[in-house]
Amino acid sequence: MKIINILVIAIAVFFTANNAVANAIDTYEFDDEVTKIRFQALSKELRCPKCQNQNLADSNSPIAADLRKELYELLKQGKADIEIVDFMVNRYGEFVLYRPRVSSITYVLWFGPAVLILIGIIVVIVVVRRKPVDKAQIALSAEQQDKLKNLLNDK
Amino acid sequence: MGKLIRFLPLILVLALGVVLYRGLSLNPQDMPSALVGKTMPSFSLSTLNDGNKTVTEADLQGDIVLLNVWATWCPTCKYEHPYLVDIAKNPQVKLYGLNYKDERDAGQKWLQHYEDPYVFSIFDEAGTVGLDLGVYGAPETFVIDHHGIIRKRFAGAIDTRVWRREFEPLIAQLIAEKKQGK
Repeated sequence: MKIINILVIAIAVFFTANNAVANAIDTYEFDDEVTKIRFQALSKELRCPKCQNQNLADSNSPIAADLRKELYELLKQGKADIEIVDFMVNRYGEFVLYRPRVSSITYVLWFGPAVLILIGIIVVIVVVRRKPVDKAQIALSAEQQDKLKNLLNDK
Repeated sequence: MGKLIRFLPLILVLALGVVLYRGLSLNPQDMPSALVGKTMPSFSLSTLNDGNKTVTEADLQGDIVLLNVWATWCPTCKYEHPYLVDIAKNPQVKLYGLNYKDERDAGQKWLQHYEDPYVFSIFDEAGTVGLDLGVYGAPETFVIDHHGIIRKRFAGAIDTRVWRREFEPLIAQLIAEKKQGK
C-alpha cells in the first residue's frame, strides 16, 4: 500500500515538474487555447540545432529562443503545422524533427526494430520446433547394458 | 555449419562494437546543411559599414563566393579572423561577411581595429538571413558557386588546416567548373 502511495506521488511530481518546465520559458501570449497547445506541442517536437539533445521548449540557447519566436510568429500568421515543420526542415534539415519522416534514409530507423523482433521470433520458433534428438541413439546398446550391469553387480 | 553458428553471436557483438567505436569519433555537430544545392535565400539589408546602402542576394552572384557568418560576441570569430584576412588575398574567391545578430557600432569597430577582409558585410541585426540559411551559431562559412547555388556549409572556425581539408578541393572544383563554362 505504502509503495503505491509513493508511486502515485512520484508520478504526480513528475508530471507537474514537466509542466513547470514547459511554462517557465513560455512568455508568449496566445489568443486562444488551441494555438497555445499547438505551440507547446511543436516546440517539443522540434529539436534545437545547437544543443542536440534538447527540444526547443527545453533549451535555453539563443538559437532555440530565436526559433521559438519564429514558431510563435508563424502560428500567429495562421500557418498550418505541416507548413511550420516544412519551414524548419527547409532551413535546418530533417535533423530538427524528433520524429523523422519515413524516407529511404530513415527506413532502418523506422523498420529496423520490427525486423529485428521478427528475426528474433523466427529464431525462437526454429529452436523450439527443432526435432528432438532420436532417443534410440542415446539409449545404450546391449553390450553397454551388460557392461553396466556387471559394474553395478561388482559392489 | 553447426560450429559456425556458435560464433555468430560473437561476430555480431564484434560488428556492433566496431560500429559503436566508429560512432565515438564522429562529430555530432557536423551536419549537412539543408541548403546545399539550393539557391542563396533572398534578402534586402544594409551593409554594416553603410546603413544607407542596401544589398541583396544579387550582389553576391557571379563569382565563387565565401559567405562568412560572424559577430563581435563570438570568440571563435576572433580566432578565425587572421585566416580570413589571408583568404581574402586569394583573387579566385570573393569573401563576404554576414554580421549576425550584432550591433552596428561594435561590428564597425571590430573591422577598424582588426582588418576588414570582406568585400562587404551584410548587417543582419535580427538574424533573418541567418535563419533562412539555417545558421545556428557563429562562425559559419558558406561556399556559393557562380550561379548563386550554395555548395557547402561549414560550421566552426576556419584555419589553415581546415581550409586545406574542407575548402581547397571544392574551390578548385568550382574554378574548373567555371572554366568549362558550366
